[in-house]
Amino acid sequence: MARTRAVLPALKIGFTGSLLLAALAAACSRSKPADEVAQTPGRPAMTSVAGRSNGGAIASEAEDGQWVRPAKNYASTRFSGLNEITTANVQNLHLAWTFETGVLRGQEAAPLIVNNTMYIVTPFPNYLYALDLTKPGAPMKWVYKPGPIAAAQGVACCDVVNRGASYADGKIVYNTLDNQTVAVDAASGKEIWRTKVGEINLGESMTMAPLIVKNKVIVGNSGGEFGIRGWLTALDLGTGKLVWRAYHTGPDADVKIGARFKPFYADDRKPDLGVKTWPGETWKVGGAGVWGWISYDPQLNLIYYGSANPGPWNPEQRPGDNKWSSTLFARDPDNGEAVWAYQMSPHDLHDYDGVNENILLDLPVNGQTRKVLIHPDRNGYLYTIDRTNGEVLSADPFGYINTSSGVDLKTGRIKYIDEKEPKMGEVVRNACPAAPGAKDWQPSAFSPVTGLIYIPHQNLCQDVESVEANYIAGTPFVGMNVKMTPGPGGNRGFLDAWDPVARKLVWRIPENFPVWSGALVTAGNVTFYGTMEGWFKAVDAQTGKELWKFKTGSGIIGQPVSYRGPDNKQYIAILSGVGGWSGAVVAGNIDIRDSSAALGFVNAMNDLPNVTNKGGTLYVFSLP
Amino acid sequence: MCSRSPDMMVSRAAITAVAALGLLSAACGPARAATTAHQLRVCADPNNLPFSNQAQQGFENKIAEVVARDLDAKLTYVWWAQRRGFVRNSLNQDKCDVLIGVPSSFEMVRTTVPYYRSTYVFVTRDDKHLKVASFDDPRLRKLRIGVQLIGDDATNTPPAHALSNRNIITNVRGYSVYGDYRQPNPPARLIDAVARGDVDVGVAWGPLAGYFAKRESVPLDVTPVSPQIDLPFLPFVFDISMGVRRGNDVLRDQLNAIIERRRGEIDRILQDYGVPRIDIGRAGPAS
Repeated sequence: MARTRAVLPALKIGFTGSLLLAALAAACSRSKPADEVAQTPGRPAMTSVAGRSNGGAIASEAEDGQWVRPAKNYASTRFSGLNEITTANVQNLHLAWTFETGVLRGQEAAPLIVNNTMYIVTPFPNYLYALDLTKPGAPMKWVYKPGPIAAAQGVACCDVVNRGASYADGKIVYNTLDNQTVAVDAASGKEIWRTKVGEINLGESMTMAPLIVKNKVIVGNSGGEFGIRGWLTALDLGTGKLVWRAYHTGPDADVKIGARFKPFYADDRKPDLGVKTWPGETWKVGGAGVWGWISYDPQLNLIYYGSANPGPWNPEQRPGDNKWSSTLFARDPDNGEAVWAYQMSPHDLHDYDGVNENILLDLPVNGQTRKVLIHPDRNGYLYTIDRTNGEVLSADPFGYINTSSGVDLKTGRIKYIDEKEPKMGEVVRNACPAAPGAKDWQPSAFSPVTGLIYIPHQNLCQDVESVEANYIAGTPFVGMNVKMTPGPGGNRGFLDAWDPVARKLVWRIPENFPVWSGALVTAGNVTFYGTMEGWFKAVDAQTGKELWKFKTGSGIIGQPVSYRGPDNKQYIAILSGVGGWSGAVVAGNIDIRDSSAALGFVNAMNDLPNVTNKGGTLYVFSLP
Repeated sequence: MCSRSPDMMVSRAAITAVAALGLLSAACGPARAATTAHQLRVCADPNNLPFSNQAQQGFENKIAEVVARDLDAKLTYVWWAQRRGFVRNSLNQDKCDVLIGVPSSFEMVRTTVPYYRSTYVFVTRDDKHLKVASFDDPRLRKLRIGVQLIGDDATNTPPAHALSNRNIITNVRGYSVYGDYRQPNPPARLIDAVARGDVDVGVAWGPLAGYFAKRESVPLDVTPVSPQIDLPFLPFVFDISMGVRRGNDVLRDQLNAIIERRRGEIDRILQDYGVPRIDIGRAGPAS
């Protein structure tokens, strides 16, 4: 696979100098670590750079050397302002210490670092470990075991993963697979509250990382394949009591669509679309959960997140737009009110959930600075959306797409290509992107220094055809055989550097397997990511040149983080342990002869067991 | 939802004086071929009558007893809800050896010869005098219809597809075959809905309908659907076999012989449970 790279201009013309200075200032402000760390960490002290600068990440929260939110900050940039590790010295990076979680399923969580303690959430059974960073080897302080019921594993669609925790007000808060949100005292490991917010017996499970906004813990459910009705819920951080719940199907009142709701496109302004865009009462089991990421803009006081695909009916059995599935929402975190919504994939045909991350940036667009969110969607388009009103400013393909021919910016509607629509009894070959999309949950990173977004993603297509009888006692049925195959070029994954101003690819690193790990970028201009073979890689954020790599014990599908240790050094941490939907063939011991297993993903991944094994180990690196 | 009862879990230690039964023909690998000697380890759903339940009241439980008796083996169960991951987590983890009822063309396992063939059926209340017998009955455009809903991506139950192929959509209501697993026999909610009058017509798999139709408070009519196959390929009739792990041909051959030898006993059990048969000319539940 030849690498395709373009030369990157040293300075992004589209970015103002003030942005760069602000970023560098943030990066260099690591002079008084002791004082910073002594601040009450995690308090939503949103000293937004946006107030002082015309561009860049709105939420360049002051770099305190910690990692208290799933995406580092509310803008979800996964940018670390630490700059001890640079392109010049990263080749000296060495293993500082490791920690074995003892749980050998897909490790998708980002470790949190708060008050010189590292917190790790494992896949089911969802242990929470606290490691003492002040002592050599970071010994365990405590482990909290929430004891989720085993049956929850039966409703997890794609491995029993957990995407991590959030910290605020002395509490580590996360979700268990069996739908409990738990708050644990960060110091003692004692449970402060637990709230059951969903029901596994109705097909619900939880895998997402909560976001804590202004004393509210915001969580959502998974399970679109099982006939759930998706929701987003806010719990009180102090007590765990449910404050509000907004559904993604049903009458406007349930969706929390009211007087403030002003979607940009006319199609979205009619009443009760969450009912009227579904046949009969199918909206009651319409799916559209929330298992991805939430961002927050403190100035606008809006949270942003996407809903999952519609379910459990096939497309031909749910004619209509199926609102509000595969939809981005802007909501008021105080009461859940929807302010705008935009549906990326109306009447979703291909399992294109809308749950991917939303990076909040202030970007020059046609000569004006716009408050935007950047959303690389499963459907293959990278959306730039005005986050004040939901207007789609651009939608550019970042992966190979043949299921649609573009997005009409006048109406906001995606233009599907009919012959790629899956229908019972008909064979559809080479539909791209495949069900996991051009990109799945694995979060991108944005550097205000380079002005680039680093997008880990996959390159997969799929064939869909009817097969012989399938099996659930009580209903034999003709199954659909979904087989995923590598997309054009033959490699299954990429790490892309994308210029959101010029709206183009700047460099691209092909990987053999899907890049199912998140990305991290630092003020030292180093971008980190992992591969499913187990390589943890550092590349030059400007050029994509590989600078360093380390082979971990298992495939990597986790989220790298960076923090400053009590010794004032910069550390990089990553969980290694293959799994997730793409890695289920290893984590779930799936027979590679079942090519349609893991919803067809196994066909594309049948060589994964040859190169990696199950794992669950944290690796932490630093300079010597 | 895999409710597993630890006390029923069978340990691999059971593989002891096994290799009995003259398994010299085991072609490949270590001989964990047939059942574990004096045990017949069945993978089954603990909450899914009329097929099986943990109290062993289902017809698959009764057929398993016939098989165990023939093998002179102790019958043990590994309970796991039959849904995505069932085969992977039970049979293919070598926790158990036999599935009593799977479609004969089920690719994930090695199947035996079929031992019955049933059909999807229309279920209506007798007092409504509907007598629906065909997917092409024009009244289906107006009647409220209930079908089982699977919710696996890209597929659904045959009746659901048959109706959507005819553009019968808005009057169709889905009943999750997974249902609420806290309740007994979740798939039976569809038959309950017909009896209660929530829907006018239910389209259900024959064994489920035949069994529960006899247990509702109002008389229900159970009529096989027609056609038997929608073209290009959407069958409503299925042959049902037992299933073993792929590669376990020894056990499959034993089961084939037992199905032949015990055909009368198996037929009687199916009749007792009101399984609509279309392989032996006895459509509709025995009443």
